[in-house]
Amino acid sequence: MARKLLLEHINVPGINTLDVYRQKGGYRAVEKALKTLTPDEVVEEVKKSGLRGRGGAGFPTGMKWSFLAKPEGVARYLVCNADESEPGTFKDRYLMTHIPHALIEGMIVSSYALGAKTSYIYVRGEMMPQIRILERAIAEAKAAGFLGKNILGSGYDLELYVQPGGGAYICGEETALLESLEGKRGNPRIKPPFPAIAGLYGCPTVVNNVESIAAVVPIINDGGDEYMKIGIGRSTGTKLISASGNLVRPGVYEIELGLPVEEFIYSDEYCGGIANGKRLKATVAGGSSVPVLPANLTLKLANGEPRLMSYESLSEGGFATGTMLGSGGFIAFDEDQCIVRNTWNFSRFYHHESCGQCSPCREGTGWMEKVLHRLEHGHGKMSDIDLLVDVSKKIEGNTICPLGDAAAWPVASAIRHFRDEFEWHVKEPIKSLQGNYGIANYAVPIAKAEVKQEN
Amino acid sequence: MLKVEEQQPVEFSSALIAKCDEISSRYPQGKQKSALLPILHEVQAELGWLSSNAMDKVAAYLKIEPIEVYEVASFYSMYFLQPKGKYVLEVCRTGPCCLVGAEKLMEHMEQTLGVKEGEVTADGLFSWRGVECLAACGYGPVLQIGPEYTFYENLDNQKVDTLIEELRKK
Repeated sequence: MARKLLLEHINVPGINTLDVYRQKGGYRAVEKALKTLTPDEVVEEVKKSGLRGRGGAGFPTGMKWSFLAKPEGVARYLVCNADESEPGTFKDRYLMTHIPHALIEGMIVSSYALGAKTSYIYVRGEMMPQIRILERAIAEAKAAGFLGKNILGSGYDLELYVQPGGGAYICGEETALLESLEGKRGNPRIKPPFPAIAGLYGCPTVVNNVESIAAVVPIINDGGDEYMKIGIGRSTGTKLISASGNLVRPGVYEIELGLPVEEFIYSDEYCGGIANGKRLKATVAGGSSVPVLPANLTLKLANGEPRLMSYESLSEGGFATGTMLGSGGFIAFDEDQCIVRNTWNFSRFYHHESCGQCSPCREGTGWMEKVLHRLEHGHGKMSDIDLLVDVSKKIEGNTICPLGDAAAWPVASAIRHFRDEFEWHVKEPIKSLQGNYGIANYAVPIAKAEVKQEN
Repeated sequence: MLKVEEQQPVEFSSALIAKCDEISSRYPQGKQKSALLPILHEVQAELGWLSSNAMDKVAAYLKIEPIEVYEVASFYSMYFLQPKGKYVLEVCRTGPCCLVGAEKLMEHMEQTLGVKEGEVTADGLFSWRGVECLAACGYGPVLQIGPEYTFYENLDNQKVDTLIEELRKK
């Protein structure tokens, strides 16, 4: 069995309560940090651990913390990003539902490290049940003296609040989240200045994902060096993977980074293979925004070696033959799924969720949805395929925030790897309405000799 | 566009005002506008939807301009600017849920309830609509019902029918 740091006690009855959480060793990290470590020493441990942001970008958490400006007399804030909205990702909901104190404990330690006296957990509005769970957990922690004034006699004060969002994917982008927390529309800000300099209310702010903050707890308990030993290369520690789609056992799994993708999909410890005895056609490995890969490139690198669940291995080969770990939203498509239809679905999502601030994204996502709609519904032209590539290129890199890229990549990658399926929709509109293209050669194992050079 | 019922005056209960006061205390002095999104949720939970009168009242409470409330309420998908059924069944329609049958479920719902997406049944009880990813992709198809956003997972036609029957009896 792989090591579990976050979900070790997930099946213990009552682990959502403070008492049981403490019986299982909870709040040790708060005691250790506040009583024996300086804030800088906590930052140092997190730096040593090699922990990378679990929300999608994978930026080293300790480094992000060390960028925080600390001018005299100015408040600093820690804001937890619990706006989990990336299609395919549901790990934060799972963690907050079952072990809310892991997040609360992480928030206390992290706030202490950053010198924040008030911290917010911004939870997407649809997760009202989770908001209630967190509020109850905060009340418990406060009653036990882990929050409020002079925590554990250390002289450190912290208030922690839960803020509901309003149902907007864009608020997962950290500056849009801050705008929303200030009571405004979720329009991302132009950077610089980065939140570390001017974030919430113009004050220095760190925004971290739920899982990143929860991971601070085992890092402080066991030390950054211990955490770094888990995983592979620069992908240290464990990662929560949300597995969905046509799998025997979809759900949230904690893996040690470096696990072979094939083992994750097919072994009984994890997803247990493809549902209904079907074959795997394609995957989206890190949430809907990352490039889609055919089955063969999911399991193997272009050079024929096994692909691993790690930041580096998943992005091996760049976008030509690779993808990204992203937020760990792993979506599996079986042989009966239509890539054109799914790409259209994702495009509609991005069109719906574009905040409308930058014209390439506001207009481009609409165009992509429209063109994909006609391809999927039998009215497409051959030229539409290149038109989509063209539009996607004009969005990518030309917007304030990464939503534009996130909208462009799924479309560009679907055409890169599944162009014959798109062409079939144009050539056989009637057939494409009645049936699907099937698995074609997308699962044929890649032999080293057959690797084509992408230009 | 403004309907007659929107012009009727709106009263906030004392419990709602107390809740708004508690929410406003979470932010530093002078930053009470931060309370806007949570307060709109509370108001919607009490009144069912956000009429322009209700939004004006929120603006007055927070001492901000009404436009600052309108622009927020119209930006976020969870706020209803039109009256809706007592129960709004919101089905996730994004990729992963569609891989496991969300589209067929929505067709079934349209037939069962006899209203199109966004419309209200004649008895005023139900509306339904497709919404974007609800972060429960491993348990699809899923739907949620406000204002508590109770979650229903691994749905099929039969489970939805049972749910609708139960809500009808409430």
